[in-house]
Amino acid sequence: MNAPVKPVGRLKKASAASRKPVSAQRRYDGPPDYRVVGRHGVYPETSHDEIARFNFLAHMNRHLSTQLMPGVAKAFEVRVEPSFKKNNSRPFKDRHEVRKALLNEPMFQWWSALRRATMETRQQAGRWVTLRQADALNARAAALVDRDRLKLNPATRLPRYVSAIDHHCMPGSYHTELVDGDVTGAANYDVGIFATTGGMLGLYNDGGGQAIAKWIKETLPSLKPKRILDLGAGLGHNVLPIAQAFPEAEMVAVDVGAPMLRYGAARAKSLGVDNVTFVQGDVSDLSQYPDESFDLIHSCMFLHETSMTAMPKIFKETYRLLKPGGLVLHVEQPQYDPKMPFFEQAMRDWDAFYNNEPFWTKMHEIDLDRFMVEAGFPEDSLMHGGVAAVVDPKVFPEAAKDSKQEDYGRKAAWHVVGARKPAKAKREAA
Amino acid sequence: MARLDPLALAGAKAKGKRPFFLDSADDERLLNILLVVVQELAVTRERMDTIERLLAQRGVLTAADIEGFAPSKAEADARGAWTQEYIARVFRILQQDKEALVTDDDSAEEVADELAKV
Ligand SMILES: C[S@@+](CC[C@H](N)C(=O)[O-])C[C@H]1O[C@@H](n2cnc3c(N)ncnc32)[C@H](O)[C@@H]1O
Repeated sequence: MNAPVKPVGRLKKASAASRKPVSAQRRYDGPPDYRVVGRHGVYPETSHDEIARFNFLAHMNRHLSTQLMPGVAKAFEVRVEPSFKKNNSRPFKDRHEVRKALLNEPMFQWWSALRRATMETRQQAGRWVTLRQADALNARAAALVDRDRLKLNPATRLPRYVSAIDHHCMPGSYHTELVDGDVTGAANYDVGIFATTGGMLGLYNDGGGQAIAKWIKETLPSLKPKRILDLGAGLGHNVLPIAQAFPEAEMVAVDVGAPMLRYGAARAKSLGVDNVTFVQGDVSDLSQYPDESFDLIHSCMFLHETSMTAMPKIFKETYRLLKPGGLVLHVEQPQYDPKMPFFEQAMRDWDAFYNNEPFWTKMHEIDLDRFMVEAGFPEDSLMHGGVAAVVDPKVFPEAAKDSKQEDYGRKAAWHVVGARKPAKAKREAA
Repeated sequence: MARLDPLALAGAKAKGKRPFFLDSADDERLLNILLVVVQELAVTRERMDTIERLLAQRGVLTAADIEGFAPSKAEADARGAWTQEYIARVFRILQQDKEALVTDDDSAEEVADELAKV
């Protein structure tokens, strides 16, 4: 009932608001409608129901992370950990022990079963959309691409860490070509990433790249790179924002997957970005480029899909390819430092073991700084930072402000590890 | 150009042996099927919502018309009949289990043997 209120400033305001037509609606806090995603020239067409499917899947993922995940944390606290301590008379010794204990916990089992099912359903939904229009998509991509902006090399050998398993349950992964000129694998990646991230990556799913570009400009305002290299560029979600931030620069985006590169080149063209060349190759051997070819080398969410033997080679290549004074930046989810609880580490490892990201676990435990130093970068040139997806907050949810959601390993917020090559490369004493 | 069959390819398996989490892999299979049924219900619900809003925008009817709709006796009966049929279809297997309680049927294997005898 409306009690009479004293007509004073703020109170009056509040009462006026409460007298508005009564609405039983709760304040909505969730993913935006799929239709806010930006469409470029090679973006698949989506029917009403296909969009509804992605909407559902975005909600499913958000439900899993905001509603069910806390249940897993609680079950760990009240059941899994106490019973392990009781049975073993000691605490957990590492994240692997925690994960194996979790496998017997019903909350974890159901959350995991649903998370895996949701990922597979998302893949099916995206593949349906793209494969039903495969001919049209492949033709659109071919028509858009500028010949000199796409350099495919079919002789590129696929590394074992790419061919062994289809990353994040994406059938055919980044490289499979179902027909000549295929882009459908990349189109599936693009059309469905909204569902996995709940819109956290913004208009063109490029909030990560925008954050990095902003970070570079803020941290190193004097940096004016002329040549930029992107390692494991994928379809270029996080390449274009950097290319746009440095319009004077020439950017080279390297990937092993031809469908990603074709789609990426077409997408860049249609978005009006004309300073990027998409090149097929293995970034652990870029001998086609001479020493000191680039001022800035960047990788985004790439290292965790490589291997222990590949990483040192890749780091050595970046060192060789950088000009004196050049900068390398790797962007990844945070490392498992000793202060991170084993439970969080185990949850972050979920994608490694249950979402086909097998190197994720090892990659996040190693000392990246040491790898950089061993590749030649001086210790005192190392830099570390944190970035969160930059999106239009009027339309998209902001990872930086989202305290409700800790989607271990999937949050749209990352760590940056960087290093600089000495301004004058040390010469051997003659 | 080779034609790709989306029906066959959309649900393809990703390379890598699939983990199962529930104590029974069959339960997990059912969960996967159920998730898609849940998804398709959301899709249908969203489509109806679109239709209702478009009808409202064009002044054909309002949300209040829908909320306030009271079927006549004949309409209610028709809807009730549909729901009965629907439920009966969905739970066919349980109906058959019930019928089997009071019968002692031979299996087709048994009958096949019998019919094959010369
Ligand atoms: C997780 S995706 C990241 C894509 C992109 N950087 C982004 O931020 O959206 C990893 C990409 O690395 C590519 N890749 C993996 N190993 C590679 C290698 N040795 N050389 C070049 N590309 C590689 C894969 O084909 C895939 O497109």
